[in-house]
Amino acid sequence: MKRFTHALIEKNLILLGVLTLLTVAIGGLVQIVPLFLVETTIERVQGIRPYTPLELMGRNIYVREGCYLCHSQMVRPFRDEAERYGHYSLAAESMYDHPFQWGSKRTGPDLARVGGRYSDDWHAAHLRSPRDLVPASVMPPYAFLDRPLDAEAIRAHLRAQRAVGVPYSDEMIAEAANDLAAQATPEADASGFSRRYPNARQAAFDADPKVVTEMDALVAYLQMLGTLVRFSDVTPDQLRQP
Amino acid sequence: MAKQTETDAVTGVATTGHEWDGIRELDNPMPSWWLYTFYACIAFALVWMVFYPALPFVRGLLGNTARGDLAAVMATEQAKAEPMLARIRAATPEAIAAEPELRTFALAGGRIAFANSCAGCHGAGGQGAPGGFPSLADDDWIYGGSLEDIRTTIRHGVRNGEAAEARGTAMPAFLQAGLTMPQIGDLAEHVISLSGAGPANPAGAALFADNCAACHGERGEGNRQVGAPRLNDRIWLYGGDKASVTRSIAYSRAGVMPAWEGRLDAAMINMLTVYVHALGGGEQ
Repeated sequence: MKRFTHALIEKNLILLGVLTLLTVAIGGLVQIVPLFLVETTIERVQGIRPYTPLELMGRNIYVREGCYLCHSQMVRPFRDEAERYGHYSLAAESMYDHPFQWGSKRTGPDLARVGGRYSDDWHAAHLRSPRDLVPASVMPPYAFLDRPLDAEAIRAHLRAQRAVGVPYSDEMIAEAANDLAAQATPEADASGFSRRYPNARQAAFDADPKVVTEMDALVAYLQMLGTLVRFSDVTPDQLRQP
Repeated sequence: MAKQTETDAVTGVATTGHEWDGIRELDNPMPSWWLYTFYACIAFALVWMVFYPALPFVRGLLGNTARGDLAAVMATEQAKAEPMLARIRAATPEAIAAEPELRTFALAGGRIAFANSCAGCHGAGGQGAPGGFPSLADDDWIYGGSLEDIRTTIRHGVRNGEAAEARGTAMPAFLQAGLTMPQIGDLAEHVISLSGAGPANPAGAALFADNCAACHGERGEGNRQVGAPRLNDRIWLYGGDKASVTRSIAYSRAGVMPAWEGRLDAAMINMLTVYVHALGGGEQ
């Protein structure tokens, strides 16, 4: 009986080409097919909206400072995580994240549901000096975030997000600078802002309403994380993925 | 192109037929234990793909999902604790504190819930932190330290804008409300003198009677109805030095606490109430 050896493939150029194509095709399909099916994995829950301009700038700071290196944003469907952080994360909750901030390591706690768990004052004080509030923390201080936010390019940021699929309207992009200022100023007229971004909170996030700082933006972002879906209203049918 | 394979004279094993500078490589077969383990893994993977979700649109014969697993585990664990949780949910915090079995359970559960939900602001032992995070382990209570008061505060929080029954009123920022910076300095000295930590300031005392006494009391004894902290003790939320007190009067302070009703189960809130009350400062 003739034993199979690699020499058989190595010596036959056509066979080698066909088998190589087959192998590469499998690898390609495994990576490409899910991209065409990604829409079907997003749950049909209510309440998800694009980030407000201020939250988007806060998110950019989150990315810039590499927060994702120590903090995940992904509550996995395990009991210990559900008991500690709350309902497991949904695909829908990341649908406007470009790029997503799921992270892969937890030196600090998961932040997917941190919104509303602490006061704005706490976030600002904790970012300035984490060990004042959590003595055992190893998080670096971010007191330098108390500097004015550079939001010159806010409309370009929104347009870039729209280019990758976030449904920012022309009106949202036109009003981006006003919306950013309105969210950080409690006294500002927010009727247009609230209509464009339902359930977005307006506050002086760093307790100083006069200047919009990077601290304002980051705290605004942290305080909305995981708060868009009201899980008391969600039915099991809405969570079903095909 | 490989040359014809030949048998190595020393070992009696066939070579690969390749030759590099006179060096040839033996073509030993892979160890059979390794090979059969490899085949077994492939077979296992095929069986796995039949029973568990592995391919698009195919659920797997067991119909298993991670979310379904979680729901099952949570239901099982909930069922274990439910007999006790149901009693705690139905009881008042007073009844829980009075019944040893419930109290022990509530203190154990409350300790965990406190570490997860409260310790970030109030400290691991309820010791609080400077900057408006009150200690829960002393007997200085802003909204009252009875079990019922504590439970109300936990349920609705303070100035959070989400719960209609949230505690807290807004203190005016007196720099905007008509006082000048020198007047506020006098006022700050008087406030500090209330606890005997500084000299009296008559001008400040007059301003205090006009502007502050309505909420904080004539002698700074505080008012729990509106959450005006007591000023005639040496416990300070935002610092008791003149600069800190001046800042508090000029720009006002407004601590915020989330409402935990809706985030935590009613039984968990009752357990937290009993635990916080037992931290050291609980009042009857």
